[in-house]
Amino acid sequence: MGTIIIYSVIALAVIGFISAVILYFVSQKFKVIEDPKIDIIADLLPAANCGGCGYAGCRSFAETIVRQGNMDNLFCPVGGNDLVKLISPVLGVEAVEREPQIAVVRCNGTKANAPSKAIYDSAMSCAFANTLFAGETGCPNGCLGCGDCVAACKFDAMYMDKETGLPVIISDNCVACGACVTACPRSIIELRNKGKRDRRIYVSCVNKEKGAIARRNCSVACIGCGKCVKACPFDAITLENNLAYIDYEKCKLCRKCVEVCPTDAIIELNFPPRRVKEETAVVEEN
Amino acid sequence: MARLKTFRIGGIHPEENKFSAAKPIEVFPIPEKVYVPVTQHLGAPSSLLVKRNDTVKIGTLLAKADAFISANVHSPVSGTVEKIDEIIDASGYRKANIVIKVEGNEWEDGIDNSSAIIKECNLSAKEITDILKEKGIVGMGGATFPSHIKYMIPEGKDVDYLIINAVECEPYLTSDHAIMLEKTEEILIGIDILKKASGAKKALVGIENNKLDAIAKMQEVAKSFKDIEIQPLRVKYPQGAEKQLIRALTKREVPSGKLPIEVGCVVNNVGTALASYEAVQKNKPLIERVVTVTGKAVKNPSNLLVRIGTPVKELIDHVGGLPEDTGKVISGGPMMGKAISNLDVPVTKGTSGVLMMTKAESKRKKPLNCIRCAKCVSVCPMGLEPYLLQQLVDSERWEDAELNRIMDCIECGSCQFICPSKRELLDYIRVGKARVGAIIRSRAKR
Repeated sequence: MGTIIIYSVIALAVIGFISAVILYFVSQKFKVIEDPKIDIIADLLPAANCGGCGYAGCRSFAETIVRQGNMDNLFCPVGGNDLVKLISPVLGVEAVEREPQIAVVRCNGTKANAPSKAIYDSAMSCAFANTLFAGETGCPNGCLGCGDCVAACKFDAMYMDKETGLPVIISDNCVACGACVTACPRSIIELRNKGKRDRRIYVSCVNKEKGAIARRNCSVACIGCGKCVKACPFDAITLENNLAYIDYEKCKLCRKCVEVCPTDAIIELNFPPRRVKEETAVVEEN
Repeated sequence: MARLKTFRIGGIHPEENKFSAAKPIEVFPIPEKVYVPVTQHLGAPSSLLVKRNDTVKIGTLLAKADAFISANVHSPVSGTVEKIDEIIDASGYRKANIVIKVEGNEWEDGIDNSSAIIKECNLSAKEITDILKEKGIVGMGGATFPSHIKYMIPEGKDVDYLIINAVECEPYLTSDHAIMLEKTEEILIGIDILKKASGAKKALVGIENNKLDAIAKMQEVAKSFKDIEIQPLRVKYPQGAEKQLIRALTKREVPSGKLPIEVGCVVNNVGTALASYEAVQKNKPLIERVVTVTGKAVKNPSNLLVRIGTPVKELIDHVGGLPEDTGKVISGGPMMGKAISNLDVPVTKGTSGVLMMTKAESKRKKPLNCIRCAKCVSVCPMGLEPYLLQQLVDSERWEDAELNRIMDCIECGSCQFICPSKRELLDYIRVGKARVGAIIRSRAKR
């Protein structure tokens, strides 16, 4: 009885030793040399795996950072500038701050501004509705209101406003990952610089039809009149295909374009209310 | 009596509501202005040949097909091109339209406008296909696939049967029924011509058994033609779908993702047969079609022979105006047609009907929970599991949806029709098809 135990212990020990030797050499032979920085950086990343950086997930983003050796053209919208400050010492480079961004919905075709001409009661998916028809308002570029962007948001930063039928972005929660930008079949949502004190000016319309036709469906459509282009002292506004676009890099938030826009298509956000009488004075101050 | 043929799995029988069945075809007066869309077919847009202030005659070529899958567009009226503008189409998007102001009634030379029947046709298959292409013939059932492409038989494939779809399984629609009663001989000559073009040994015409007068008349006239068989079929929706009709008439199954030519069949609509007759024997391009204008509350449901480009609104006025109780106006039939958001849209080559639904009919009921009754599975003519596809799409499992053959769905709507919980099964499947289709295309690109 005792010998059986001894033999089996010895046999197991020998098998164990041989396996250990094989495993050692195999692991030497097939060793994957991985930069330890990848693990360090991957731990620093927020692990949201949102894809906002343009890579498959946080790990894949960390690999790219280490391969590149710096953070030029790479940005994690969730971590933002704080994260850049943490990662840069690991790579041994200087932290370059980036202007924080936020998603904006460039359509103001609310139920009041663009009354419905038809009722849509099929599948609640913008991607599908877009293939089917122009939309309840008749605007072929405007918001369809089925909420694909809200479904795509992983940060609870969007909701559909029942009153207006348009998505609303909660600026505190939005990390500018761009998931909604990709989800929107009509490219209405854009990532723009957050701006000083959360102030932003943008053209809230993406309609490329001629002015008269655009106005037929929506009272706040950009009609491509070009008044804002002339009014802008900083050459920040361009007009293409009957549609004005404000370059957020050049815009100095002077609000002159907002005043001249005949259809109120340009929107100012988070500005203090104007003093009606001294309107011009306020503009100059800014 | 032997049991009537039909397809093997699934199918439903919605209320037929064929109010305009006994009505003769009425020639609709030519409107003052017509709006001819440049793209009326499946495939690439045609390129414009006319400019503003050009004078056109009936049958003048307006737009020419450049791409492989495309079709010519001819002028349905004589007059002057008033403008070439972008006009809202049935979907609400702006599409290029040729607006023609009607003046006089001049026909292009060589078009035989008489009602005399020409039976002899000594053209070769190639010549017939060329005429179909030149005259802009497309599938008249609603899909508007350019017909000539169907008759370019790939090398190594033999056509056993030419199948003519005279099923008209959609409720309400009676345009095919009407032409079968009034243009019987023309249709049969057309079928004979198409049979020649396809090289088929035999032509099978499938007609549902709710059109007994049409079956009797077609059978009577078909006696004087060789190898054309009129086959009554059991009334079941969606028998007019290509694959289901082939199965019903020949017992052959078209494999998943393949075309009817795989099983030696070419399928065309009975309306296409009539258009082919007019193109080949009378030299007449596709400039008019029969449209059923109907609905439960419509005063006078009719079958109208309408020039392409006539605004739908004028058709509705002709049958007694838009009923007050209208909830939806649909281009096509109630099962597969599309709702139109604007009544100014013109009749195109694919408009088989204009249906005005009452408010009660058009309103959707609130969807309830799935009760696992599997009725959708038993009615699916493609043998799919709609409840499962709905769940897969809802949870965005696109790979699994593809494995469960979501792309085989023919969007007939039987599942949604039968569902006792009124679940929006087809809506979800359509969303899934769009997504899975995009994934498959991006994979093919790589």
